Amino acid sequence: MSFSWARVAAIFEKELRDYRRNRFVVIFTMSVLPLIFVAVPIVSLFSIKVSVTNAKLETSIGRSLLYLLILPAIIPSVLSAYSVVGEREQGTLEPLLTTPIHSEEFLIGKALAAFLPAVAVAYAIFGIFLGAAAAFAHPAVVSAVFERNHLLTQLLFTPLLAGWSIWVGIAVSTRVSDLRAAQQLSVFASLPPVAIVALFSFNVITPSLGLALGLATALLAIDGLAWRVVAAMFDREQLVSGTRS
Amino acid sequence: MEQVGAPRAQAPGRASSARSDSPTVQSSAVAVDHLTKRFGDRVAFEDVSFRVGHGEVFGFLGPNGAGKTTTVRTLGTLLAPTSGAATVAGIELRPENGPAIRSRISIMPESPGLYLRLTVAENLECFARLYRLADRRERIERALRAVNLTDRANDLCRSLSKGLRQRTALARALLNDPAVLFLDEPTSGLDPVATREVHELIAALKERGVTIFLTTHRLEEAERLCDRVAILNTTMRLVGRPDELRARLFKSSLEVRLRSELTGAAAALGGVPGIEGWEAQPPSSYLLNVSDPDAVAPDVARALVHAGADICSMTETRHSLEDVYLELVDEDVEARRR
Ligand SMILES: Nc1ncnc2c1ncn2[C@@H]1O[C@H](COP(=O)(O)OP(=O)(O)O)[C@@H](O)[C@H]1O
Ligand SMILES: [Mg+2]
Repeated sequence: MSFSWARVAAIFEKELRDYRRNRFVVIFTMSVLPLIFVAVPIVSLFSIKVSVTNAKLETSIGRSLLYLLILPAIIPSVLSAYSVVGEREQGTLEPLLTTPIHSEEFLIGKALAAFLPAVAVAYAIFGIFLGAAAAFAHPAVVSAVFERNHLLTQLLFTPLLAGWSIWVGIAVSTRVSDLRAAQQLSVFASLPPVAIVALFSFNVITPSLGLALGLATALLAIDGLAWRVVAAMFDREQLVSGTRS
Repeated sequence: MEQVGAPRAQAPGRASSARSDSPTVQSSAVAVDHLTKRFGDRVAFEDVSFRVGHGEVFGFLGPNGAGKTTTVRTLGTLLAPTSGAATVAGIELRPENGPAIRSRISIMPESPGLYLRLTVAENLECFARLYRLADRRERIERALRAVNLTDRANDLCRSLSKGLRQRTALARALLNDPAVLFLDEPTSGLDPVATREVHELIAALKERGVTIFLTTHRLEEAERLCDRVAILNTTMRLVGRPDELRARLFKSSLEVRLRSELTGAAAALGGVPGIEGWEAQPPSSYLLNVSDPDAVAPDVARALVHAGADICSMTETRHSLEDVYLELVDEDVEARRR
């Protein structure tokens, strides 16, 4: 009776199927939300005056890129907030837990099902942003956007922020008995790491490759720790009997 | 009236079927010894012991709040017992055995718990993978056939009626060919037609030799489907075959009606072995408490005729399980009031 990726895959695929047929997920989480979050940075990119100082340009672009990083924090937190409460509300948690599934398999299946779509959407949105910038923005702005540090920050922090949001979202989801409350709490809790990245984007911390990597490593460690905490917190008895109170 | 204390195994006696004898730990599909579950100070069930034999349909009968669901969840390793021991499908009930036990049993919970945005087949597919079944496709087909749902395989569960959802949940519970199938109130909330369908399905599973642990608060369901029935109301009250339960809790009675009052009634009836008590019911009837009406009736007739009585009728009073059940539950209510 050891860990099985087949069971992880069963949960993962079931979850994706469920999302695809869930209007709230398809329309709001995966479409409207990302479009809002890409529209604002693109508009602000075009409103940058070419005459501004370099520092001002940096700040402006930093703000746009930061805005894009809120997406990989929020989408997975909305999805993962649903992960356990949602099953409980549907009454599917109990049948699921009566199969030989291990807690870790359940959690990883759930986490991947939130992680992969969220990261895919966030990257796609970043791609749209870059595309829009390259096609329509002023060359000075374009070269600033396409700076190596910026690209690296986006690529690196997107999955790391998503990781944090997912574990926090699942943790909230195992403890809260109301779906709306779970989502609000989870979105709220997903934002602190974004604030740290903000220091970076706004040059409060002087951006450097080393610092970015250091921060990324720290976030990775926190993600790993969060996973262990969530796995340790996962208590079948509490999940099953919590349905009553 | 007497309460049944430990040991709680049912009475031996005229039972001819081997099934009615309590199976031993080794030979039983489920063996439970002095199991207790508390939530804080609240007792869900206490000191419960019983055995379920292989291929047996074992009924767990009790009013709402009796602890039936909690018992099922405990035996299904979802809840840890507070004390006591149990063996489920040959495996000892311990935390580390959870996955092993869960892979050999299945539970159909009170509410079907289906993914409503998934089709019937997709629901089963997900669970077949969780059980890591090699021959998924055949298992799913077989399970669907067993509950007559093959033609609804591609319907979204959202579109199914309550009865069909219940059948889907039953199909899901059959996927892994469980050594013990737990059905928690399988017909609660179903209309009479759907209820009868589920009853027929359970009867068919019984024919196939599936071991079933069925909880219900419906007497006729227990009486109709089960080989043996346990009556639970936080503690275990009785275990036995439905007919034995009746015999044990109530003395059967014979009602004799004579043409006219018999003056020597006491002398005549007192000489008949097997009469445990009697009372006169004026004008000319007598109610006799007996344990075995068939054995006693001829002697009674002979004694009365011998004493010069004209017998008009002699009837045996039968008690349905409902009497037994209500008597037990009433007693609890009274006990609580005190
Ligand atoms: N998770 C729980 N927390 C506290 N009390 C519970 C919980 N689950 C059940 N109970 C209590 O245990 C008793 C038995 O409940 P249950 O097993 O659901 O009964 P039944 O299924 O026979 O209706 C009830 O008094 C119920 O309130
Ligand atoms: Mg119940």
